[in-house]
Amino acid sequence: MWTGILIAVAVLLALAVVFGALLGFAAERFRVEGNPLVDQIDALLPQTQCGQCGFPGCRPYAESIAHGDAINKCPPGGEATIKALADLLDVEPQPLDAEHGVEQARRVAVIREDECIGCTKCIQACPVDAILGAAKHMHTVIESECTGCDLCVEPCPVDCIDMVTIEPDIRSWSWQPPQPTIIATDRQGASA
Amino acid sequence: MTQLWNFPGGIHPPENKHQSTARPIRKAGIPERLILPLQQHIGAPAEPLVQPGDKVLKGQKLADVTSGMGVPVHASTSGTIVGIELLPVPHPSGMSDWCIVLEPDGDDAWCELSPIADYRKLHRDDVLNLIREAGISGMGGAGFPTNIKLRPPSDRKVSTLIINGAECEPYITADDMAMRERADQIHGGIKIMSWILRPERCVIAIEDNKPEAVEAMRKASEGTQAEVVVVPTKYPSGGEKQLIQILTGMEVPSGGIPADIGVMCQNVGTAMAVYRAINRGEPLISRITTVTGAGVDDPGNFEALIGTPTRHLLDQAGFHPERVNRLILGGPMMGYTLEDTSVPVIKTTNCLIAATENELPMPPPEQPCIRCGMCAEVCPMELLPQQLFWHARAQDFDRAEHLNLFDCIECGACSFVCPSSIPLVQYYRYAKGEIRTQRAEQIKADRARERFEARQARLEREQEEKERRREERARAAAEAQKKKEAEAEKAVAEGEATDERSARAAMVQQALERKKARPAAAATSEASTEKPDIESLEKQLNQAKGKLETMESMLDDARAAQADNVEKLERAVAKNLDRVKRAEDALTEARKQLETEDGQ
Repeated sequence: MWTGILIAVAVLLALAVVFGALLGFAAERFRVEGNPLVDQIDALLPQTQCGQCGFPGCRPYAESIAHGDAINKCPPGGEATIKALADLLDVEPQPLDAEHGVEQARRVAVIREDECIGCTKCIQACPVDAILGAAKHMHTVIESECTGCDLCVEPCPVDCIDMVTIEPDIRSWSWQPPQPTIIATDRQGASA
Repeated sequence: MTQLWNFPGGIHPPENKHQSTARPIRKAGIPERLILPLQQHIGAPAEPLVQPGDKVLKGQKLADVTSGMGVPVHASTSGTIVGIELLPVPHPSGMSDWCIVLEPDGDDAWCELSPIADYRKLHRDDVLNLIREAGISGMGGAGFPTNIKLRPPSDRKVSTLIINGAECEPYITADDMAMRERADQIHGGIKIMSWILRPERCVIAIEDNKPEAVEAMRKASEGTQAEVVVVPTKYPSGGEKQLIQILTGMEVPSGGIPADIGVMCQNVGTAMAVYRAINRGEPLISRITTVTGAGVDDPGNFEALIGTPTRHLLDQAGFHPERVNRLILGGPMMGYTLEDTSVPVIKTTNCLIAATENELPMPPPEQPCIRCGMCAEVCPMELLPQQLFWHARAQDFDRAEHLNLFDCIECGACSFVCPSSIPLVQYYRYAKGEIRTQRAEQIKADRARERFEARQARLEREQEEKERRREERARAAAEAQKKKEAEAEKAVAEGEATDERSARAAMVQQALERKKARPAAAATSEASTEKPDIESLEKQLNQAKGKLETMESMLDDARAAQADNVEKLERAVAKNLDRVKRAEDALTEARKQLETEDGQ
């Protein structure tokens, strides 16, 4: 009887050793570099790099969220981003934290070129290198690359940068959902 | 008889085509003002080649696309360019776009045309380029540049060319009338396109509600490869994918193009434009447009110049604005309401319906979906309209996309049959638009991220470089310091040497003084020992002088180069000058001593 138990224990031990080694090997071999959650969160953030959340860019905020920070600090992303983050992290969506700003329409920076003195301060401030120019020469914003982050407005010594809301034009237009319906009889009554 | 297949779904709405087929195609004439939008095709907008004030001739190129896909815009008649401005254009948004405004001079004078007598002698690419230069884009509705469509990817052989004359949408008869009256031109265009594509089979598909058109096309294509096929009337058999299915039994793969299964569809209007562009050299400056509906007295088809304001066209047909409830551009199924009658006819405008309240009443209000499933039955793409509707309304766009939302051809069959009169297509269009916007935003966000990361990397690299340069400078400074120290040591050593010399001179002086003090009797014996001293003194003096000279030249160099060791050198020169003086003094003293000694 004892031999039977011993054999069983030995077999189980051997199995444990084998699988332990296998798991250890797999953990080493297929180690995930970095934190994949940070990448997923970063992909959902709007990448304006505006710093309104209090972090120097979207990725640092993504890292902070991955470590348990609140998900409602991103005004450019607004409700949509909060909802997407809540889905990803499986937490309750919260309203946007007004302390960090309010959601507003997409904007771009526009330099009033006549007034620009060519100080390059805005170029240094732009987080996405969307401002073109050289010292003592006029600068201009590459509109298609501008994220509307606002960061160039403050450093300008002559206040020649405006934030302009993008008006929808014929090329960016898309269909709106049908108007919410009212009761049929009401409408008939109204038109009669 | 060619074998025909059927496509799933489809509807049979009232045709309402007879109103506009009673009279032949009329010329719409030259309006007071022509408005030519810079973008009448899919792709990039054209850029103007003319300035306000320029006189232009009919057929002259006014704008062209320099980069990206697109076709040029031509002057529809001769006249003066009066402006390039933002004006309302035919678009469901009712928004404005850049247009060239042309004021006709009434001469209608053509520019020089270069018709091709025999296009077969040209290279196929040259013919395609001529088609592009003529500004031809698909005239069935989408406006895809024809020259690009006619050049399918090199790995796709087009074996079947379909000429789409189905014209399945109610009210529209533009293609029907064109086939009846201009079958020869259409056939000429078909010949050119067949020559470009070399298909095995060329089919002209016409619905069976257009017997006159079928007859005319049969006659025109007698004895040629092109075969006229009559297809049963059912909406939307004129849809590209549906027509392909009817004629070949094959389905265009989801997200693919017909060329993927070796088929290409071209509209009859496009064929006619191709014929005119090649055989007559005329660019696309006019099109046949149906003007119909109970709001006009005299419905019919008009050959309208591109850019003709719709109001002018409506007036030609006897327009009664007071009768009209809704003005629709395009057909009643897929068209959209026009708010402004100043918008021009463009290359894709096939129909204008001035509908009275009775004719096309405002859709009744939307009611809840009762899940009757009729929409799924009529969907020609075999989608699930009901599910798509739920997801679109709940803004659950991922799921809608998963249910192949983008395969929807927006034919409107589902909305047509819906007993709850839900504007289903509008929901789908909205969902599609939102998904496209989100995608565009995602792309933009990704680019911003890339740029941000590239910038961070650059800043880091610059910081590192700065650090490295700083370290290098520190090392160089340390080395220079060491070198200087070594030099200073050397200089000190040399300085000691000169000091030795001056010390020696001093010693000599002392010795001389001592000599003076000695009794004169002893002088003669000592003088002989003094003589070699003067020689060595002279030598020392010369050495000191030489050194002074080199030092002075070094000082000059340093001054010229504004080096920071000027001060030090100056001090050194002053010191040396002192030394030379002392040496000279010592020498003269020694000589005098010697002379006095000699004299004694």
